[in-house]
Amino acid sequence: MDKFRMIFQFLQSNQESFMNGICGIMALASAQMYSAFDFNCPCLPHYNLAYGLGILLVPPLILFLLGFVLNNNVSMLAEEWRRPQGQRGKDPAVLRYMFCSMAQRAMIAPVVWVSVTLLDGKCIICAFCTSVPVQTLGNASHPSLSQREMERVLARIPCREIYDGQELITNEVATRYLRCISQALGWCFVLLMTTLAFLVRSLRPCFTQAAFLKSRYWSHYIDIERKLFDETCTEHARSFAKVCIQQFFEGMSTDLAATHCHQPREAPTDAEEAARKLLGITDQGTMNMALKSWHRCKPPLHLHPPALPGSNGWAGAGQAPTHPPVPRREIAAYYSRV
Amino acid sequence: MDRFRMIFQYFQSNSESVMNGICGLLALASVKMYNSFDFSCPCLPQYNMAYGLGIMFVPPIVLFLCGLILNRQSLVMLEEWRRPQGCRKKDLAVIRYMFSSIMQRAMVAPIIWIIVTLLDGKCLICAFSDSVDPGKFAGFANTSLVQVHQLLAKVPCKDDELMRNNTARKAVSRYLRCWSQALGWSILLILIIAAFLARWLRPCFNQATLMQARHWSNYIDIEQKIFEETCCEHSRLFAHKCILHFFESMQQEIKLHSSSLPKERERAEEEDLLQGITDQEKVNKLLRTWYYEKPPLDVSKVTQR
Repeated sequence: MDKFRMIFQFLQSNQESFMNGICGIMALASAQMYSAFDFNCPCLPHYNLAYGLGILLVPPLILFLLGFVLNNNVSMLAEEWRRPQGQRGKDPAVLRYMFCSMAQRAMIAPVVWVSVTLLDGKCIICAFCTSVPVQTLGNASHPSLSQREMERVLARIPCREIYDGQELITNEVATRYLRCISQALGWCFVLLMTTLAFLVRSLRPCFTQAAFLKSRYWSHYIDIERKLFDETCTEHARSFAKVCIQQFFEGMSTDLAATHCHQPREAPTDAEEAARKLLGITDQGTMNMALKSWHRCKPPLHLHPPALPGSNGWAGAGQAPTHPPVPRREIAAYYSRV
Repeated sequence: MDRFRMIFQYFQSNSESVMNGICGLLALASVKMYNSFDFSCPCLPQYNMAYGLGIMFVPPIVLFLCGLILNRQSLVMLEEWRRPQGCRKKDLAVIRYMFSSIMQRAMVAPIIWIIVTLLDGKCLICAFSDSVDPGKFAGFANTSLVQVHQLLAKVPCKDDELMRNNTARKAVSRYLRCWSQALGWSILLILIIAAFLARWLRPCFNQATLMQARHWSNYIDIEQKIFEETCCEHSRLFAHKCILHFFESMQQEIKLHSSSLPKERERAEEEDLLQGITDQEKVNKLLRTWYYEKPPLDVSKVTQR
C-alpha cells in the first residue's frame, strides 16, 4: 500500500508524469481487457469477416475516445479554443501543441489493443479463414466443391469441433498459415508505430525547438492559471458563504430579539464567548425554526443589502443600495437595549 | 518499505541511474515478451525462413527504438547538437559521449532478445529446417527433392500428422537447436569480453577528456531539468499575479460604481478576503469577464505599482 502511495505521489508531482501514468494504466487495461474478452468466432461465411474485423477495429476506437474523455486537459483545450479574444490574443501553435500531446497519449491504448490482437492471431484467423489459398495448401486431389460450399467449409476452420474439411485442407495447416500472416502483420504494425514515434520525437529538436519551448510554456501556463483561478474562486466562495451564513444567523437572532424582547442576562465572562457563538439560538424550537427558514427561504446572494427596519435579509432582493445601509450590528445593539 | 523508498529516491536523484533503471526494465520486458509470445512456425517452404528471421530481428529493432524513445537523454543530446551556437561553444566530445552512452543503453534489450531467441532455438529451427542437408538424416534420404523440402519444412511442427511418428524429425530438431545454442553462447561470450575490455582499457586512453565529457553531459542534463522546473515556477507566479490583478481591477470597478459606501465601515476579516465582490451579480460579472475578456499577459503594471 505504501509502495503504491509513493508511486502515486511521484506521478502526481509532475503533471506530465501523471498523464504518462494514466497512459500506461490504459495500455495495461487494454491488454488485460483483451485477455479477459471471450472471443467467439461465429464460423459462418459472411459473419466471420464482420466479427473479426469488428473486434480488431471497434475497441481501439472506443479506447481512443476514452483516452480523450479521461484526459482533464480536453476541457482546457476546448475552453481555450472557443474563448472570445478579449484582451488576450490566441496562439494557434499552443492549441496545436495541446491537441498533439493529448492525441499522442490517447493513441497508446488503441495501438496496444491492435498489436496484441494481431500477435495473438484469433481475429485474423476468424476474419480471413475463407480466403485461405486451398490450391497451394490443401489437398489437390480432393473433388472440387462449389464456391458456396467451399466457403461454408472453410468458415468453420476457427471452430475445431465442428470442422469437417480435413480432407480438403487440414485445420492445423490453415491455422498456422493464418496465424503466421497475422503475427507478421502485428510485428510490422508495431515496428511502424515505433518508427513513427521515434521520428516525431527526434525530428522535433532539429526543426522547431524555439517554437516548441514557447508552446509548452504557454500551455502549462494556461493549465496552472485555470487551476489557480478555480482555487481562488473556491476560497472566495468559502468566505462568501461564511459571511452569508453569519448574517443569516445574526438576522435570526435580531428577529428573536425583536419578537421576544429578550433581556440580556448577565452572562458570566467565561461563558460569554460560547454564548456569542450560539448567535442567540439556544433551544431546540428556535434551532428548528432556523433550519426550516434556511431551507424555505435562503438569503439573497448579496452581503450588504439595504437595512429596512426588522429586515434580516430573508426576503430581500439583491439590489444595490441607493443609500448607504446602516450596519446591522447597530440595529441589533439598539434592540437589545430595550 | 524503507528500503524500497531509498532505492526509489536513489534512482530519481541521478539521471544516469534513472536511465539504467529504464534500460533494466526494458530488458526484463524483452524476456517477458518473448515468453508470452506464442511462437507458431508456419511449416511451409518459403514462409519458414521469413517468419523465423523476422521474429529474430524485428522485435530487437522495435526494442532498440523504444530504448531511444524512452531515454530522456537522447532528446537532450539532439537539442545540444542542433542548437545555434550563440554565446556558448559546442563541444563535440560531449555530444559523442552522450551518443555512445545512449547507444550502449539502447542496445541492451535487443541483444537480450536475440540471445534468448538463440538459446531457446525455436526461431532457428523454424528458419533453417528446410535448408539442412537431407542426406545427413536417415528418414529423409530416400525421398524426392520437392517432397523432402516439404517434409523438412514441417519439422518444427511436432503435432503435424506427417511428423507425429517421424524419428528423423527429432534428429533435425536437435541438430538445429545445437547450432542455435552454440551461436547464442558464442555471441554472449564475445559481447561480455568486449564489454570487459572496453571498461578495463578505457582509463588507459584519454581519461581526462572522458571525465570532462561526462561532467559536461551531466551538466547539460541538469541544466535542462532546472530550466523546466524554473519555467513551471515562473508560470505559477505569473498566473497568481495575473489573477490577483484581475480581482483587484474588478474591485476597483465596483468601487467606482458604488462610491457612496461609507469608507469607515467596519469590515470583518472574511469580508476583506472577498475583495469587494459581495453578491451574485458581481460574482457572475467576474466570471463572465474572465471568460470573455481574459486579462492580457502583462503583469508589469502590477509590479511597478
